[in-house]
Amino acid sequence: MNAPVPGALTSSLLYLDGVSVSFDGFKAIRGLSLTIAPGEMRAIIGPNGAGKTTMMDIITGKTKPDVGTVMFGGTVDLTKLDEAAIANLGIGRKFQKPTVFDFHTIEDNILLALKSKRTVGKTLFWKTEGPQQKRIDDILGIVKLADKRDRLAGSLSHGQKQWLEIGMLLAQDPKLLLVDEPAAGMTDGETAQTAVLLKEIAQDHSVIVVEHDMGFIRELGVKVTVLHEGSVLAEGPLDQVSANERVVEVYLGR
Amino acid sequence: MITRFLLQNMDRRAGVFLAIVLGLALLVPLSNLLLPAGSFLHVPTSTMSLWGKYLCYALLAISLDLVWGYCGILSLGHGAFFALGGYAMGMYLMRQIGSRGVYGNPILPDFMVFLNWQELPWYWWGFSSFPFAMLMVLLVPGLLAFVFGWFAFRSRVTGVYLSIITQALTYALLLAFFRNDMGFGGNNGLTDFKDILGFNVQAQGTRAALFSMTCVMLAAGFLIARGIVVSKLGKVVIAIRDAESRTRFLGYRVDRFKLFVFTVSACMAGVAGALYVPQVGIINPSEFAPANSIETVIWVAVGGRGTLVGAALGAVVVNWAKTVFTSGFMAPYWLFALGGLFVVVTLFLPKGILGTAEALWARRRKPEVAPAAEPAPAE
Ligand SMILES: Nc1ncnc2c1ncn2[C@@H]1O[C@H](COP(=O)(O)OP(=O)(O)OP(=O)(O)O)[C@@H](O)[C@H]1O
Ligand SMILES: [Mg+2]
Repeated sequence: MNAPVPGALTSSLLYLDGVSVSFDGFKAIRGLSLTIAPGEMRAIIGPNGAGKTTMMDIITGKTKPDVGTVMFGGTVDLTKLDEAAIANLGIGRKFQKPTVFDFHTIEDNILLALKSKRTVGKTLFWKTEGPQQKRIDDILGIVKLADKRDRLAGSLSHGQKQWLEIGMLLAQDPKLLLVDEPAAGMTDGETAQTAVLLKEIAQDHSVIVVEHDMGFIRELGVKVTVLHEGSVLAEGPLDQVSANERVVEVYLGR
Repeated sequence: MITRFLLQNMDRRAGVFLAIVLGLALLVPLSNLLLPAGSFLHVPTSTMSLWGKYLCYALLAISLDLVWGYCGILSLGHGAFFALGGYAMGMYLMRQIGSRGVYGNPILPDFMVFLNWQELPWYWWGFSSFPFAMLMVLLVPGLLAFVFGWFAFRSRVTGVYLSIITQALTYALLLAFFRNDMGFGGNNGLTDFKDILGFNVQAQGTRAALFSMTCVMLAAGFLIARGIVVSKLGKVVIAIRDAESRTRFLGYRVDRFKLFVFTVSACMAGVAGALYVPQVGIINPSEFAPANSIETVIWVAVGGRGTLVGAALGAVVVNWAKTVFTSGFMAPYWLFALGGLFVVVTLFLPKGILGTAEALWARRRKPEVAPAAEPAPAE
């Protein structure tokens, strides 16, 4: 139903077409097609097990699709690259279960994510220069962790880890951010702040956000894609997809 | 750049360690050579060589801690790199014997004459040169680690599987070096050394110099390992230990970082083995025994994994205990004691001797501040 229009490949930042993947015979993604324009922010919703996280796994190289096209920037075939290469192309990811480096300080977590050459030699003789330190300080300020910079990341609360991971994404400065359930485990206040932060980020980045919190999605105010059983069920403004009978039946109505 | 690299973020623990090791390098040989044998402060030659051996083990332990404590690679085959470095040194020492062997052959070591070999195998060429042999001390273990790591890390072999294949590696080498036709002296290994750089290996002065050299290399190995772990590369490596796949998604090529520390570590183990051989006077295939590599893991765990200094401390303490134990009536029970020690440390002192001692020290000095509870790193 969402057959890509001609020319979509070259004009898009991310282009998925006819992607399928199965685990031990179970089709987690079936014929998924999706395009994200440069600078766009897209919200993805759908019931548990719809394949939202698996879709991110495919884009970031963790899972290889059985069939289908996954192109970045119109020319790069992501299915041929590994995780590190994809990350270095400019695709950053925040995981559903927040994953930070527990034994590093918060500042070092940001430093590790900071955009820079990732080679053995460059990291061995690394010295943080003024502008880089300033960038780290700025990010720590943005995610409100500046006063905790010397604490081990493992000591943070769930919500703070989510923010630290968003900070790490910012430090990476990717072209495309994949953000999986950023508001999970947050208070209402924190959720609202996260929405504001993501909208700010979206001003100069492309973003895909997966979230179950409908209030949060409404706050973002962007185009919504509904996934169900591994493919797109509906796409459009939130009000429009919320009115869709099938969407209400499989997801919103429950 | 190198000095900055080696001395960056110097802390008290490292400073104390270096002061002790370099102090030993100076004072022990002086006491051995200059003080009269009856003096209270005199260190007998046998004691000096024994402690020289412990310090070689300390360097081996630091090399293992670099990969295990910081990168999460539990190598159960580090003894192989140690033994290879030892064999390279042993080959040099064999070539120095010249015509003073039992058979008086100026070129061939005794065991080759015994096997009726007519000429020196190609892989023995060059070992009469000290610089060449020293190069091989680094190159042979380093190259083996590089090739092994290249395949293992690229195929993403981790955890128990990696440990098992490292163990298999050292076992395979054990079997190979046992064979006479390999040309490394088979079962008996290499021994009956005479000279090193023209000095008699048995002479007191040579032994003192070897002891000093061991201290210096231990200090150098420690500085290099410390330089690595406190650098940004060290932070990447710790990140790999704790969340390997997350590190990949940040764009780091995990296999290359692992390969780097694994290779550096193998070279370091090789140097430890090379210093060990002239001090104990023999190298034979039993150095490849899987149990040796496992013991090294125990030293590191006992001393304190992921601290470098703790690894060195653990090696010295456990080996000192071993010497005491195995020279008395308790000798038959040493392995039980070692196993028991490992269990006790893992259960009650997860941070090893060093970590526990430092925590106690911190609490004594600042009783009002509870020590920060640090969960033990995963595997
Ligand atoms: N590596 C895997 N091996 C086997 N099954 C998998 C794997 N990854 C995902 N699945 C399955 O694929 C389906 C889609 O999972 P996915 O995590 O993508 O759902 P999701 O939309 O992110 O759900 P949630 O909202 O709960 O996070 C699930 O049924 C899941 O069990
Ligand atoms: Mg999910």
